[in-house]
Amino acid sequence: MTLSFWMPVLVILTSLVPSLVIFFMTDAQLRARRALYLGAEIVKLILVLFMLVGIYYGAFYETRVALLPGVEFLLRANALGMFFLTLTAGLWLLTTIYSIGYLESSPNRSRFFGFFGLCVTATAGIALSGNLLTFFLFYEMLSLVTYPLVIHSQTGKALRVGRTYLFYTLGGGTVMLAGVVWLYGLAGSVEFTEGGSLAGVEGARIPLTIAFVLLMVGLGVKSALVPLHGWLPQAMVAPAPVSALLHAVAVVKAGAFGIVRVVYEVYGIELSQALGVLGPLGALAGVTIIYGSVKALSQDDLKLRLAYSTVSQLSYITLGVAIVGSASTVGGVVHLVHQGIMKITLFFCAGVLAETIGVKKISEMNGVARRLPWTMIAFAVGAVGMIGLPPTAGFISKWYLGFGAAQGGAYWAVAVLAASAVLNAAYFLPIIYVSWFRKPDAPFEEKLPKGRFETNGMMLAPLLITAALALLAGLLATLDVSPLQWTELIVGREFSYNLDEILP
Amino acid sequence: MTSVTLYALSGMVVVAVCVYGLVSYPHLIRKILAINVMGSGIFLVFLSFSRRVPGENPDPVPHAMVLTGIVVAVCATAFALALARRVHEVTRSSYLPEEQDPPEEAG
Amino acid sequence: MTGSAIVVPIMLPLLAATLTFFFRRGAITMSLLTAAGTIAAVVVLSLEVMDQGPLSYTIGGWDAPLGIELYADGLAAVMLLMSAFVGTAITVYAAGYFSGKPAVARHFWPLWMFAWSSLNVIFLSADIFNLYVGLELMGISAVALLTLEGERDALTAGMRYLLVSLLGSLAYLLGVALLYGTFGVLAVQEIGEQMFPSPATWTALALVTAGMALKTALFPLHFWLPPAHSSAPSPVSALLSALVVKGSFYLLLRLWFDVFPEAVTPAAGQLLGILGAAAIVWGSILALVQRRLKLLVAYSTVAQIGYLFILFALLTPEAWSGGVYHALSHAFAKAAMFMAAGTLMHALGNDDLDTLDGSSERFPLSVYAFGLAGITLMGLPFSGGFTAKWLLLSAALETGQWWYVTVVLFGGLLAAGYLLRALAHLLTPTPTVKVQHEPARGTEATALILACVALLLGLVSAPILELLQVGAPLGSMIP
Repeated sequence: MTLSFWMPVLVILTSLVPSLVIFFMTDAQLRARRALYLGAEIVKLILVLFMLVGIYYGAFYETRVALLPGVEFLLRANALGMFFLTLTAGLWLLTTIYSIGYLESSPNRSRFFGFFGLCVTATAGIALSGNLLTFFLFYEMLSLVTYPLVIHSQTGKALRVGRTYLFYTLGGGTVMLAGVVWLYGLAGSVEFTEGGSLAGVEGARIPLTIAFVLLMVGLGVKSALVPLHGWLPQAMVAPAPVSALLHAVAVVKAGAFGIVRVVYEVYGIELSQALGVLGPLGALAGVTIIYGSVKALSQDDLKLRLAYSTVSQLSYITLGVAIVGSASTVGGVVHLVHQGIMKITLFFCAGVLAETIGVKKISEMNGVARRLPWTMIAFAVGAVGMIGLPPTAGFISKWYLGFGAAQGGAYWAVAVLAASAVLNAAYFLPIIYVSWFRKPDAPFEEKLPKGRFETNGMMLAPLLITAALALLAGLLATLDVSPLQWTELIVGREFSYNLDEILP
Repeated sequence: MTSVTLYALSGMVVVAVCVYGLVSYPHLIRKILAINVMGSGIFLVFLSFSRRVPGENPDPVPHAMVLTGIVVAVCATAFALALARRVHEVTRSSYLPEEQDPPEEAG
Repeated sequence: MTGSAIVVPIMLPLLAATLTFFFRRGAITMSLLTAAGTIAAVVVLSLEVMDQGPLSYTIGGWDAPLGIELYADGLAAVMLLMSAFVGTAITVYAAGYFSGKPAVARHFWPLWMFAWSSLNVIFLSADIFNLYVGLELMGISAVALLTLEGERDALTAGMRYLLVSLLGSLAYLLGVALLYGTFGVLAVQEIGEQMFPSPATWTALALVTAGMALKTALFPLHFWLPPAHSSAPSPVSALLSALVVKGSFYLLLRLWFDVFPEAVTPAAGQLLGILGAAAIVWGSILALVQRRLKLLVAYSTVAQIGYLFILFALLTPEAWSGGVYHALSHAFAKAAMFMAAGTLMHALGNDDLDTLDGSSERFPLSVYAFGLAGITLMGLPFSGGFTAKWLLLSAALETGQWWYVTVVLFGGLLAAGYLLRALAHLLTPTPTVKVQHEPARGTEATALILACVALLLGLVSAPILELLQVGAPLGSMIP
């Protein structure tokens, strides 16, 4: 029972305990709730940064408890997990500040923040889980605790969407459970191990392949792989902070992160390659990228366009995983963070537009930049990043992905990336254009009392910070603390065998 | 066929007849009677086993069990009759309403 | 200590039954004290079983066959823990629920204490005839409890339940007669040691299995359960669904694995497994189409009982533990669910799903309890239901019977379907929520606590499963 045992538990408890406490607070105890919540987040962030530094210098954090006889609950921090954990812990803080502004006067805030904290708890568990069962436990918990957030408004539509959402995620989870149990039966225990933990299982090619497919169905639902993406655009009925953190970052990333875990740390790249499952996975990712972009083109609702863009962008990660090669791996993994920062910026902006001047559709966005210049600057940064233009973070991801694809001889993937960039430009640039260069059709409806800034400061600050981060992650990519360098650390540390040998 | 087997088999026949009565007669009193007589059939089976070893004293254990069984049967019958009366008071009928069957069981 | 601890779970409620019958004034206090005493005794007993292995005790020093022998192994201890904790919750809930109905409460307390005692008799009896007595007492007190309020639906459902219950017990008794005729002993262990396949033992096996399947409401013998469980007063619904069906299921486990292991064939096990699978699908489908909340929950019981029977087809230590664990977590979850449903029904006048629209605004605790209990029924992590599901799934894959994997997984989705349908009603806001009665103090919290315990069972399964392995019939699942 040492520090190394308690650190992962503490990280989880820092969001779990306040969330549970908040359920018992009334909306009137506003200040106490804010203090508790923000305090917990700052403590968590400090813990995470502490662990991050520790991991960098080779420290070891592991919590191992018997859950059933022979089946363990295992939390373990490694470079890949910490990468995801840092992203969610950081963005949680920003999103909370944003939500405080966003939900200033709406009812049931205790419930909202309680479940919101539980979501972050589940995400932290996903990041820290050290074996497949623990991952699955938190993965299902995430499905459940997001449901109350999706239906937060309790309108008939929200309830219907909530049902669809649960059916997709629970259905996926059910399929995944079959795969998890099967792998446990084949291998005894499935820990996330650098280079893959199933290498020792021999002579079970067909069961291993089927289990892989089952796992990918489960993970594909959350990471919105076509044809399992149907819930994501619908889930946009949720409040903007939920769309921002959960449906752009936490939930969907949990799926993508799971794919990275399963391919690299459960099956291992060699076994996946030998089973021949990466080709179809890459193809599916390619189809999803194009499909999402094409669908995004025709959406007038801003959040829907962003949602389809998410469908498309997420598959960059899967694509990077499916193409064998160190460069594409770097591109895919770094996109976990890059896409998160950029997409959350865009969703924050969408929320500001809706809450400040009631604009939800792109056709209503003429000239909004005159009213909300800072917001639209941030939006432009996010959009340019999504297209993948330098010097933003998106450029770094795409560069590595494209380079890796070319290196691995997957020229079709290069074509997909190029096509997607064009499509991204086609659905993002018009928004930037109309908001800056068209005149407003009519004076905007003011929904918020006039304040010092163009909108509520609590909403403006987070989106400016994330926009700045999206720029910095690209500009300063060579710096030691950048996501890119950390990704190279992951790739170097975890996949340390010679990649060139297994390239086709 | 020894007398033990004969008694046991007769007991079984009584039980079988009563099961038939229980499922095929809708009137509550008939059902309760069927249950009651069924118990007696089982006691007969029990008693037949008390002469397990010919020539020796009979085994007392089945008697003890049958006595207990009779007590239970009396209580159960009394309770069932009381309940049937309440059902009759409330529904004005000595039958269980068939429509209360869930749809899949009907017929 | 050994002796007294094992008698207390039977004697204490029995004493309370007598006292509450004569002294109406302190009935609630006496029952609560009984509950506390029972919990203490059961915990002590479980620790001893864990420590020393299975315990036997002969009441008054009278040996078998005329004396009464008690026996407690891991399975009995776990079942006793279940009845003690769920029983305590039912006691607390009933104290609130019946607070406005003194005439009903007067009869409730002695009958409930009596039912509790007979349930513990079943869990502790070491001979097959005492099991019959326990079974019959439990059946009769359950019917009496069900018909307490004297409503039309409850009376007819109770009448049907009584006939079914008596038929099941008598089938069991005939089986006992055949076993005694064949082996000349009554003790479970002794018959098990002497068991050999023969027409008489097969007949006995068929009789007791059919009887218990009828009393446990295994598909297609479940027709009596939904009307009975849904029309009972809510504390009684909780008690019937959570505990009473587990009594006859426990008996079936004892008989199959301790009495008849030499006589059962894999085909017979498969038959029960297939009926269980059918129950999961059929019960869930019917739950999906119900318009009343308590009926929906009752059909969910029919489905959940199906999971229990799958272990008979899988026959591995893991499957056995998984089945028992499912019985345990279902008891907590289903009791919580019936309590929550009962609170809403009492508060809003009836349990029509449309009437319950918008309950979440007035009674958030009950709706939370309903939802949390649902997590266990769906078998999602972290919950006791997930642990059970995991064990059953592993066993099904290990024995290569993948179709049970499909059924178990699909059953979870169906459960999500019917529970969400109910939740959607509870969560839909309506301006016209008419509250007829305020829920009594403590009733909502009790349901919520039970639901939370059902979830906790997923986190603390390791020690409970370890206790369960003491004297486990198929061998320990712990390597």
